[in-house]
Amino acid sequence: MFDLTGKTALVTGASGGIGGAIARALHKQGAAVTLSGTRADALEQLKAGLGERTHVVTAKMDDPTDIDRLAKEAEAAMGKIDILVNNAGITRDNLSMRMKDEDWEKVLQVNLTGTFRLTRAAMRGMMRRRHGRVINITSVVGVTGNPGQANYAAAKAGLIGMSKSLAQELASRAITVNCIAPGFIATPMTDVLTDEQKKGILGRVPADRLGTPDEIAAGAVYLASDEAAYVTGQTLHINGGMAMI
Amino acid sequence: MSDIAERVKKIVVEHLGVEAAQVKEDAKFIDDLGADSLDTVELVMAFEEEFSIEIPDDAAEKIQTVGDAINFINSNSKS
Repeated sequence: MFDLTGKTALVTGASGGIGGAIARALHKQGAAVTLSGTRADALEQLKAGLGERTHVVTAKMDDPTDIDRLAKEAEAAMGKIDILVNNAGITRDNLSMRMKDEDWEKVLQVNLTGTFRLTRAAMRGMMRRRHGRVINITSVVGVTGNPGQANYAAAKAGLIGMSKSLAQELASRAITVNCIAPGFIATPMTDVLTDEQKKGILGRVPADRLGTPDEIAAGAVYLASDEAAYVTGQTLHINGGMAMI
Repeated sequence: MSDIAERVKKIVVEHLGVEAAQVKEDAKFIDDLGADSLDTVELVMAFEEEFSIEIPDDAAEKIQTVGDAINFINSNSKS
């Protein structure tokens, strides 16, 4: 089950905790992967660990020309893009009263607009081949909201609406578009939290622990597989019971 | 028959999987050739690629038959 031999995947934000785990998991199932992100050295390191069937293309997700180049270079490197994992994302947290326009715009631009642009660029080949998997990494806060993250929550909620629309547009071409909404996952992003903050968070998680990036990657492997061909427009919540929606 | 017409018809045959004989100039993509809205977008994009032209959205909307496509490309293509 979930064999991805012969498939190709482009993973953005692959230098991050969740993106890296997804890239590793897809690769382990047999897929060729293109790792994208902004930090070339971190991507090269991940590539070295994976070995063959791995490519690196750096790109900035707030730069339209960079995004088009990313799609082209990934297609050139692997011959096609079967699986697109839009994982790249940033945070610029602040209470709304104190949030600057540029922090709002930057987060929307990278997390939402960049994802749309890259998906549009990759869609064409998928339509032609009558096969594709788009997996957008959203967040539990896109559904529940979170104080201090109005921009991030808006972008992540936007991804869900966007995915549902794309899913309807592309279903007849055997392209599925789904979201994964992680809860609190142990990554460099959450490492910076104090023990007290972590305790506060865990009080809201019935599983009483943070999730692991591998637990998110397992969801991505499923949605990328042929077995998930009939699943589209959905959001898979992986959050230890933190929110049941 | 012009070279452009031949190339247009070839693209239509390939994209919609129809018989060449069905692709007459007055054939409507949606009503006669079984295209859906996504097919028409794909066709327009394929024409743009094949003839290195840009077909703006308002022009694309008016291209409903094979002949419409040939006429548009005839009057807008450089090659």
